[in-house]
Amino acid sequence: MAVARRQTRWHIAVFLAPALIVYTAIMILPLFGTLQLSLFRNIDQKQVFVGLDNFRALLTDPHWSTAFWNAFRNNVWFFCIHMLVQNPIGILLAALLSSPKLRFRAFYRTAIFVPTILSFVIVGFVWKLILSPLWGITPMLLKEIGLRGLFHPWLGMGDTALTTVALVSVWQFVGIPMMLIYAALLSIPDEVLEAAECDGITGMAQFWKIKLPLILPSIGIISILTFVGNFNAFDLIYVSQGALGGPNFSTDILGTFLYRTFFGFQLQLGDPNMGSAIASMMFFIILVGVCFYLFAIQTRLRRYQF
Amino acid sequence: MTRNTLRLMLVASSVLASASLAYADDVTLTIESWRNDDTQIWQSQIIPAFEKANPGIKVTFAAAAPTEYNAALNAKLAAGSAGDLITCRPFDAALELFKKGYLTPVDDIKGMNNFSDVAKAAWQTDDGKTTFCVPMASVIHGFIYNKDAFEKVGIKDVPKTQDEFMADLKKLKDDGTYVPLAMGTKDQWEAATMGWENIGPDYWKGEEGRKALIAGKAKLTDPGFVEPFKVLAGWAPYMGDGFQAQAYPDSQNLFTLGRAAIYPAGSWEISVFNKQAQFKMGAFPPPLPKAGDTCYISDQPDHALGMNAKTKHPEAAKKFLEWVASKDFAELYGNALPGFFPLTNEKVELKDPLAKEFLSWRESCKPTMRVTYQILSRGTPNLENEAWGAAANVINGTETPEQAAKKLQDGLDSWYHPGK
Repeated sequence: MAVARRQTRWHIAVFLAPALIVYTAIMILPLFGTLQLSLFRNIDQKQVFVGLDNFRALLTDPHWSTAFWNAFRNNVWFFCIHMLVQNPIGILLAALLSSPKLRFRAFYRTAIFVPTILSFVIVGFVWKLILSPLWGITPMLLKEIGLRGLFHPWLGMGDTALTTVALVSVWQFVGIPMMLIYAALLSIPDEVLEAAECDGITGMAQFWKIKLPLILPSIGIISILTFVGNFNAFDLIYVSQGALGGPNFSTDILGTFLYRTFFGFQLQLGDPNMGSAIASMMFFIILVGVCFYLFAIQTRLRRYQF
Repeated sequence: MTRNTLRLMLVASSVLASASLAYADDVTLTIESWRNDDTQIWQSQIIPAFEKANPGIKVTFAAAAPTEYNAALNAKLAAGSAGDLITCRPFDAALELFKKGYLTPVDDIKGMNNFSDVAKAAWQTDDGKTTFCVPMASVIHGFIYNKDAFEKVGIKDVPKTQDEFMADLKKLKDDGTYVPLAMGTKDQWEAATMGWENIGPDYWKGEEGRKALIAGKAKLTDPGFVEPFKVLAGWAPYMGDGFQAQAYPDSQNLFTLGRAAIYPAGSWEISVFNKQAQFKMGAFPPPLPKAGDTCYISDQPDHALGMNAKTKHPEAAKKFLEWVASKDFAELYGNALPGFFPLTNEKVELKDPLAKEFLSWRESCKPTMRVTYQILSRGTPNLENEAWGAAANVINGTETPEQAAKKLQDGLDSWYHPGK
């Protein structure tokens, strides 16, 4: 009787423990710490519980909300540029790379992927130099071909700064959608494509009708990665435009807004409570976006088994 | 042979071990600072001078980048890992550290009576009773110019009034060899600090206007504060092509490479410019609105040194602070870092001609400090940061001087209610 009872399977807990402990310690606890901090406020050097008042201030008090909604709008635009430019270009590059007639494939693949592994600091600095009106190569090249008039100090003008920085970011990260889509394209079995050819579907039509539906799940994953990455973005703006997201806050995104508020900037002292409120808002925005994707889009994507 | 080498190594290591034992008795003080440009001067001139006079105390100068200093320092202090001596930013940033108990009062440090009340004001509690940092240096605003450029376009005397200044800018622009004004708006603070706060005191009458603003008797929409914005807007045509994307280091390089004629400056540039510029430089104070007006200069208390309340070596730290308050230090520091002017009352002799020129204005003009620093940048929105944006927008032409001033005043009104 006693022999029949199964032993407690300790090894499951033991094997799970390292990942669970590390993940809890460095991800889950700080997350709840941040959420908790956002419910307090420093009044006379004491932390006082204020409920959701920080969030109310952030969303309705004009001094906070103007900056918050401005950062949010900029962030949405930043994301749109990535979705409209980075991902289509990534797909196009992947399609070109997977073309059997292409030579030097490994070279192109590497060259396009290299910026992704560069540090933000290098990317930001290099592009600041390339676009600099004083020392930049852009105004010089344009001058050589007689088009100096087309040059503007793009990073310094409110209308163009955000788009310019977003395009720099696209330049840096276009390798990631390219690689993921490239892998997806390679995994399409030859039989499927041959069958399509037998039915007379070739060239562009083959891409639109056969390949694209098969790589849709990958595109979905890329979209959600782009979304999360963009709403957490900070480094590139900080390096190229400073913590103020200049000029006149036109490149201020949630990340830089959070940084300024949490750590303080120049004479502005840091406010960890408001900073946490902003960080929590970023978390909620991303949560909503990811949930929307998981429940509304992913469940409807059709998958094909080969 | 090998054996000998081995033996030598053994001897050497035991000698080294005993040497490090001897060092273990020494106290090491760490200075937190944002003056990373000065690291070399601290290590080669200032620290050796102190260590020579005070055997047994070693000093390390740990500097962070200026923009990261406040955040990094706050984090270190909270975690208890900050250095023994803390370089203090003026006004609220340091006051906040003191209020949180991170800094000790320094009133009993020998030599504190060498400083005037004005010099100490930036590192005192609001009631002026407790001082928590020993004043080290101030910076003075003005304009540095390229003497060769002035000669080439035939400007004989430095401009004394605003009209002369504009006429000179025009001359430089017509000549075309030089960019008349080396300033950009990308980093925003240049426009506010080297622009608005540089020329402003002449218009708002220095301390008079600054104190009236704090007392609530003046508004930023008053002509005295709007006028300097208008003057700034007039600078735009004389700034370099694409100045909207010109950052602070760009402006510095543009000037030191000899491509620009006039640099709206803070005196802290002097040591860097002396090293880099290959031409003769001169300086002039902000041009007066009208000939015969009183001149005012911005003589901004810039940094001081305080003691970490949790230091393990309070005695050694105090010794260092006493030295910082002495005339010896003032002279050493003022000459090692030309452009940082000692705040002590004692007579200090400076050797650098450019620094001397700046310092001479203390005699001929009335000193004041940056209008946004004391009290007015305590709330949200923060006047200093707002002023950066305002000044940059005015030069970029995205806001009129009146709009910019109104926005600043509205921001201030939302949290600052003097006399209530």
